[in-house]
Amino acid sequence: MLDIIQTYGLYYLIGQYPNGPLGGLLMTLILAASALVLAFPVGVVLALCRISPFAILRVPVTGMVYVLRGTPLLMVIFWAYFLLPTLTGQRTDQFGTMLVALVIFDGVYLAEIIRAGILGLPRGQMESSRSLGFSYLSTMLLVILPQAFRNMLPSLVNQFVSTIKETSLGYIISLSEVSFVASQISAQLPTKPIEIYALLGLTYFVMCFSLSRFAYWLEKHLAVRSAKV
Amino acid sequence: MIKLENVNKWYGSYHALADINETVAKGEVVVVCGPSGSGKSTMIRTLNRLEAIQSGNIFIDGVDIHARSVSVNALRSRIGFVFQQFNLFPHLTVLQNCTLAPRRLRKLPAKEANDLAMSLLERVGLAHKAGAYPGELSGGQQQRVAIARALAMNPPVMLFDEPTSALDPEMVGEVLQAMKGLAKEGMTMVCVTHEMGFAREVADRVIFMDQGRVLERATPESFFLTPEHPRAQRFLSDIRSPMAGGGISLAS
Repeated sequence: MLDIIQTYGLYYLIGQYPNGPLGGLLMTLILAASALVLAFPVGVVLALCRISPFAILRVPVTGMVYVLRGTPLLMVIFWAYFLLPTLTGQRTDQFGTMLVALVIFDGVYLAEIIRAGILGLPRGQMESSRSLGFSYLSTMLLVILPQAFRNMLPSLVNQFVSTIKETSLGYIISLSEVSFVASQISAQLPTKPIEIYALLGLTYFVMCFSLSRFAYWLEKHLAVRSAKV
Repeated sequence: MIKLENVNKWYGSYHALADINETVAKGEVVVVCGPSGSGKSTMIRTLNRLEAIQSGNIFIDGVDIHARSVSVNALRSRIGFVFQQFNLFPHLTVLQNCTLAPRRLRKLPAKEANDLAMSLLERVGLAHKAGAYPGELSGGQQQRVAIARALAMNPPVMLFDEPTSALDPEMVGEVLQAMKGLAKEGMTMVCVTHEMGFAREVADRVIFMDQGRVLERATPESFFLTPEHPRAQRFLSDIRSPMAGGGISLAS
């Protein structure tokens, strides 16, 4: 195990960089972080459309949610891979393709979590804020969403953990993220698949576990601050 | 100040408000009572457009508030509304609950908003709880904070929708006390409540509603002592001695 890490460790961490494109674990981290950061606001906007009184926002987004929820991520990635260049008229790199696929796919799932969080609050919260004179949007931003996020945190983390693991599907469009790099190493060391894939598994576990622990800490921290209701 | 003209509201085929005509003068305190389902809460909620109406007009300070051209947010910021369930914002402290609207809507600087909120909390006897979260307060305290929060927008009118109905009996007094203080300072108030003591002491007028109609309007003395409408007589005897004979017929 140690000798594998000594020989291929750097390749595992950053791919061929600086002699080639950035890859490996660092790329996985960048991809996962960008996907989380971008999918979240997308999820908020989609959720607000889903519960909008205006059919022009609600109907298409609801349709989109149903379609994407009934589609495997793998297919969404293929769509992005073949459709994006057609739509934009220029070649999209694998990183961009994968990011778009993740943001759309996870945005939809996040939207459903956020929608549930918003609808789970008592109606009186909206009414009392509106009665003070706040607009619908201000009420959402100042009163509803801050409370909803606290309630949604466990489900959100679940989805975020999924997102980290979903980056591994970049493998199928030859994105040189950590799973792809691991398979490359395995191809060069055909006798050591168990060690290599054990290391890969451990890597994903550490990432996901850290995020879960962080979320747990955040949950407790927020609970102390706002006390029980 | 407030004027309702031939107001009608339906929920589907259910006639929730039927031809309501009512006027509330500036500085007047009006108590609305009636059995459950009588339309009293619906009526008070139409006064700040929490409920739409299907016909008629409601004027506040001469403005037809259900007109499409009226800015509902500006309108509501000039009408204080206190709910049965308090509806404080649980993620904010008591002080932040009271400063949120003044800071964001009246654009008061932080210091000024804080001073205003503290003086209002002082008035309802809760200045010492400014840093607490709503979940740490009793129901009566939460409702008093809700009153302070509504007052922070400096509204010329205050509406109360059963402000003491969700409270334990021993906390009703403190909320009524805060409301009495307001009434004595000349606030225009419409209160949906069954608190007869409160009505007697501060109300200028009592309105009795049933099945979406106003059946009786009278001074508190004459309403409580010599109610005219048979439905009002039965209602009063029911709330005075709920265990006595007619209690079951409330739903009729």
